Amino acid sequence: MTGWTFAEKALARAAGVDAVRAGDVLDVRPDLIFSHDNTAAIRRIFEQIGAPRLARPDRMAITLDHAAPAPTSQHAANHAEIRRFVADHGVAHFFEVGRGICHQVISEEALILPGETIFGSDSHTTHFGWMGAFGMGVGRTEMAALWATGALWIRVPEAVQIVLEGRLQPGVTAKDVCLRLLGDLGMTGGQYRSIEFAGAGVASLPLDERPVIPNMMAEFGAMNAYFPPDEVVFAALNARRTRDYAPLYPDADADYAERHRLDVSAVEPLVALPHQPDHVVPVAQAQGKPVDQAFIGTCTGARYSDLAAAAQVVRGRRLRSRLIVIPASSEVLEQAARSGVLLDLIAAGAAVASPGCGPCMGNHLGVPAPNEATISTGSRNFRGRMGTADAPIYLSNPYVAAASAVTGCITHPGEFL
Amino acid sequence: MSRHRVWVYGDNVNTDVIFPGKYTYTLKSPEEIAARALEDLDPAFTAGAEPGDVIVAGFNWGCGSSREQAVTAVKYRGVPAILASSFSGLYFRNCINQGIRPIVLPGLSAVVQTGDFIEIAGDFVLAAGVRYSIPPLSVTAQAILDAGGLTPMLQKRFRGEITPLTGIGGGE
Repeated sequence: MTGWTFAEKALARAAGVDAVRAGDVLDVRPDLIFSHDNTAAIRRIFEQIGAPRLARPDRMAITLDHAAPAPTSQHAANHAEIRRFVADHGVAHFFEVGRGICHQVISEEALILPGETIFGSDSHTTHFGWMGAFGMGVGRTEMAALWATGALWIRVPEAVQIVLEGRLQPGVTAKDVCLRLLGDLGMTGGQYRSIEFAGAGVASLPLDERPVIPNMMAEFGAMNAYFPPDEVVFAALNARRTRDYAPLYPDADADYAERHRLDVSAVEPLVALPHQPDHVVPVAQAQGKPVDQAFIGTCTGARYSDLAAAAQVVRGRRLRSRLIVIPASSEVLEQAARSGVLLDLIAAGAAVASPGCGPCMGNHLGVPAPNEATISTGSRNFRGRMGTADAPIYLSNPYVAAASAVTGCITHPGEFL
Repeated sequence: MSRHRVWVYGDNVNTDVIFPGKYTYTLKSPEEIAARALEDLDPAFTAGAEPGDVIVAGFNWGCGSSREQAVTAVKYRGVPAILASSFSGLYFRNCINQGIRPIVLPGLSAVVQTGDFIEIAGDFVLAAGVRYSIPPLSVTAQAILDAGGLTPMLQKRFRGEITPLTGIGGGE
């Protein structure tokens, strides 16, 4: 008999059973569930269901981040409805406008821990693989069912192993590793699968950058993604956690549907061309394409290391295109303010906005005009993603995005480092 | 067996073009949401889809965001089923939970064109004179679909009309 994958171990634990195998269908009770600006819509489904109360308000988190602070009175009314819900039902963990993006805030607050299971009404919930948690996105109806019952039906996914080796070159980040994987493997290879990373290349990634890869495995179709947690992860969580935990590791003889290997030291700065995140080319092949704005933001590109990378590039320079910087959280913003990174960005002419999702899905704070090109550190460049159908979006790491803001066209960051 | 006009699309159609994110916190009623269906993919569908029409797509239909309105938008245009070479996991689950039938038939999008008609029965599809067997859903997914979706199923449970089954959420 073969060993168990991480997904099999984590879902067996979350279901309270001894063992499960890929393909089994079972009820899973997650350790934390969360929603964001979609909470009001979920409340309406919850009320239709007719449950007497929330099953586990103590294990619920809600952030206001997707269109926050509210850009219109309609969005404001949506937030007001969510605040009433939180107060009426005693939701334990509520984070106001300005605290930051759900995945980043829940990570900083150590509300979920290694070996645990977290479901969010957001496709990038795969994010929590950075700490070795089982994170899966769900729909609004599923979140309402979780509020009502505390449980959800899951088919245990097959797993794919990706072994990372080597160490990143200067000017290359975890974003490039993720784009390399998407470019090589496409958008469907991870469909309804658990993507389980391994190898010395994982530990060589700076902690701040690690979430990018499991997060963007959503673009690979993944149900969840997993990094084996190490001492660096434990140290980050131990300062704030309020319960004990037991990390999980897949068995050496686990049954993987596929195995892949990538030497990250051979990865160069990359760009995803419009309109798919797997349309990936080396920066040189996109060099010179004009950009009207660069966006340092989102759950895959606005942690402190991203802001610091952008500041390193723009420090003391003038910009030829707009540069929008939206930190992933208030803690990131505070760190950037204390270190001087924020001053460098502002001095160069960056427009800095309150922590949140910004224009990532076209709600506010940097929606492009028709035919305007954006280079973004975000995760998605689908047509219309940022609110305008005829506005091309390029995805890159923060060095490339910032260098492109300096020159006004897509630019390799090498000469700026 | 029922007869349906088809709208045919390619691979990797994502939820941003099925229902744009910019509407996600302001359009609330299913009718408002349905009026925007496929707005950034195919304005002809947005303007001209009729109840009973079905979508036939390539691989990875519904990739990207988890936004469930990408299913609501299609469902409330009266589309009873989506046939695709494959679905994103989230979109597939959202279909089941909203009571719209996801049918996995690799390659069907290559043999029909927009405006053609196909026939759908319980376990097979007739398209261009060829009979394609529909793979069965898991017992759980079929039970939710038969109930009309996860919300009606849970309504019955909280009214005490059905006993929780393991594997449908809230079973013990």
